[in-house]
Amino acid sequence: MNDSDSEAKKMERRTIDVVHQGLAKRYRAERRFKLYGLGAIVISLFCLAILFISIVGNGYKAFQQSYLKLEVYFDPALLDQENLSTADYSGLVKSTLRTMFPEVKGRSEKRELYKLVSPGAAFHLRKMVLKDPEIIGKSISLWVPADDDVDMLLKGHFKTDVGESSRRLSDQQLAWIEQLQEQGKIKRKFNKAFFTAGDSREPELAGIWGAAVGSFFTLLVTLLLSFPIGVAAAVYLEEFAPKNRWTDLIEVNINNLAAVPSIVFGLLGLAVFLNFFGFPRSAPLVGGLVLTLMTLPTIIIASRAALQSVPPSIREGALGVGASKMQMVVHHVLPLALPGMLTGTIIGMARALGETAPLLMIGMVAFIVDVPGGFTDPATALPVQIYLWADSPERAFVEKTSAAIMVLLAFLLLMNGAAIILRKKFEKRW
Amino acid sequence: MVRKTVLLVAALVFVFVASTGVVNAQSARDYISIVGSSTVYPFATVVAEKFGKTTHYKTPKIESTGSGGGLKLFCAGVGVEYPDITNASRRIKESELENCRQNGVSEIVEVKIGYDGIVLANSNKAKPMKLTRKDIFLALAKNVPDPKGGERVVSNPYRTWKEVNPSLPNIKIEVLGPPPTSGTRDAFVELVMEEAAKSYPWIKAKDKKAFKEIAHTIREDGAYIEAGENDNLIVQKLDANPNAVGIFGFSFLDQNTDKIQGSFVDGVKPTFEAIASGEYPVSRPLFFYVKKAHMGVIPGMEGYLNEFTSEKAWGPDGYLADKGMIPMPDAERKKYRADVSKLRVLTALK
Repeated sequence: MNDSDSEAKKMERRTIDVVHQGLAKRYRAERRFKLYGLGAIVISLFCLAILFISIVGNGYKAFQQSYLKLEVYFDPALLDQENLSTADYSGLVKSTLRTMFPEVKGRSEKRELYKLVSPGAAFHLRKMVLKDPEIIGKSISLWVPADDDVDMLLKGHFKTDVGESSRRLSDQQLAWIEQLQEQGKIKRKFNKAFFTAGDSREPELAGIWGAAVGSFFTLLVTLLLSFPIGVAAAVYLEEFAPKNRWTDLIEVNINNLAAVPSIVFGLLGLAVFLNFFGFPRSAPLVGGLVLTLMTLPTIIIASRAALQSVPPSIREGALGVGASKMQMVVHHVLPLALPGMLTGTIIGMARALGETAPLLMIGMVAFIVDVPGGFTDPATALPVQIYLWADSPERAFVEKTSAAIMVLLAFLLLMNGAAIILRKKFEKRW
Repeated sequence: MVRKTVLLVAALVFVFVASTGVVNAQSARDYISIVGSSTVYPFATVVAEKFGKTTHYKTPKIESTGSGGGLKLFCAGVGVEYPDITNASRRIKESELENCRQNGVSEIVEVKIGYDGIVLANSNKAKPMKLTRKDIFLALAKNVPDPKGGERVVSNPYRTWKEVNPSLPNIKIEVLGPPPTSGTRDAFVELVMEEAAKSYPWIKAKDKKAFKEIAHTIREDGAYIEAGENDNLIVQKLDANPNAVGIFGFSFLDQNTDKIQGSFVDGVKPTFEAIASGEYPVSRPLFFYVKKAHMGVIPGMEGYLNEFTSEKAWGPDGYLADKGMIPMPDAERKKYRADVSKLRVLTALK
């Protein structure tokens, strides 16, 4: 008895010893495992931080723009009352600059002087005169955008310690800019044009608004088409369709389509919408149709997942009290699945917002100055605008590119944030 | 409630279908549609913007499709759904002209607008390269004449510039340039590689196919790096790597003179004046082609052509020169100006 007792104790001790012996090793393994996970997160956050820092660092200055103060005398001799819309407004800007710097005489010197002011100044004066012809004959002091080279210099993007021949601005121009700075006639102000104008080849006049409106129209078409179609398809497949080989085939195809590269949808759009139906090139309508094809599989898959997560007891309860199948779906299942469906839709939309490849084929990668006014006007989209600016030779477009990326990221953040809020607000846990 | 949603969805679908119907009915286009070369794009867009802002017409829409892609779209037919103008960084080919004719686009007006220099450049931190076209050919061709002599080609043995030409620096050959899809690459091959290959009488004597095989094939062993269509990227890489040499259009050199410098080619530095006078050997003409059948149908066509061919745009002091386009000599500008005002149709390529 005694013997067996001690035997059991020994056994017990041995088991616990084995456990104790291995314990430290298991804790170490667990700590390592956790560290791997933490490391992965730190690495990805680090990369994200580098991305954001480089974009913001490059782009934050684009929200400000250098302006010159001009004392413009709206000379009646230059402005012909008959033809106000075609009068020589750049001549008006030039004569203003000449009065500001009366010592400038030579032809090439004058040309250098004129280059300090953006060509946009003339458009600005034209607009002012057309709006109110009364100002002719008066002197008005106003701020006009400086040329992009001046802007880049003031923002410190140009090296000034290199020889004159390897600079965009001559010594003379640098002296003028310094003189203007001393007189307080040059200053950096909030760049309103960036948020209100369409594209331009002059960086100081280029804006993101045209592309943003184009993206809005395109996404509106996408949303109006893909949400109803996607939800209807998901409801039918999940609630009504018989489970047979055909529905299996459809399911495989939908999952497959979700992974098809987007350029393929662009080619499809070119062949079907442009060449067969004869829709106009570069129109948000066609862009929206192409992006609808691209986002539909995503929305269908997300909507089906949302429907699957509604517990069967809800369906059975509804059927049990005598609801028809349609009433069960419309009154009970759909409202419960809707938050999940909306989340899927918003994420699909966010992906569509960042898409350029399919738009390339249907002519939306284009230089468009006028802000689109409808679904058939020529338009571009935000990511296309980024691509076009990144490819422009002027140095000032570098910061515009980064600023446009910031705007696009803000929209994406807004959309994904909305998806999270919707989910948190309406989600029911079972 | 549910019925309302159904009604709403039905209404939206109806509105949508109705608006699609409008699209089909709307056959007139009130803006000019332009496609074509990405080299001409930065210049054509400036003209279009000026035109749109100073007239009551809408601003023309310009797509950057590449010269070949643009001509294909342009030649697809006559009618509002086809482009009115296509830009090209090379002359139209006989086959493209034929394709146009087959699709009913028989009357085309050719307008030469100026020149674009193709430059080789390296970082300001290094010394400027003094190259000849032969040096470039020997450094970049896949197969080069045997350095040991004899009339045969061998796979390119050169690793450094010094091996190519003893007067060049002893650095590795590292050239960033455009991919084969680019018009810049076509022009570079034609103006540099072909010219250099022709300087060897025995290569010149070969039949057309064998000649092209030697002159057009660029080495693929890593010395020539295809840097994509984005010239800004090449400029950034040159700034970071003083040993590398880049190939791109003159306007990118013009905008970045504080970072990079143009290499001498055959003793000439790529400056605005040298390219304009024709002294700098590597420059190509830029064109656009106008569909005559669209004149008077699409509003503003005449105005756009007049703006483009005015002295304040394409002249030596014009705003296109400010953007880096090399203007044509006076006589040539006059000739093409006259062609435009008379709308002289391109009948055959001389």
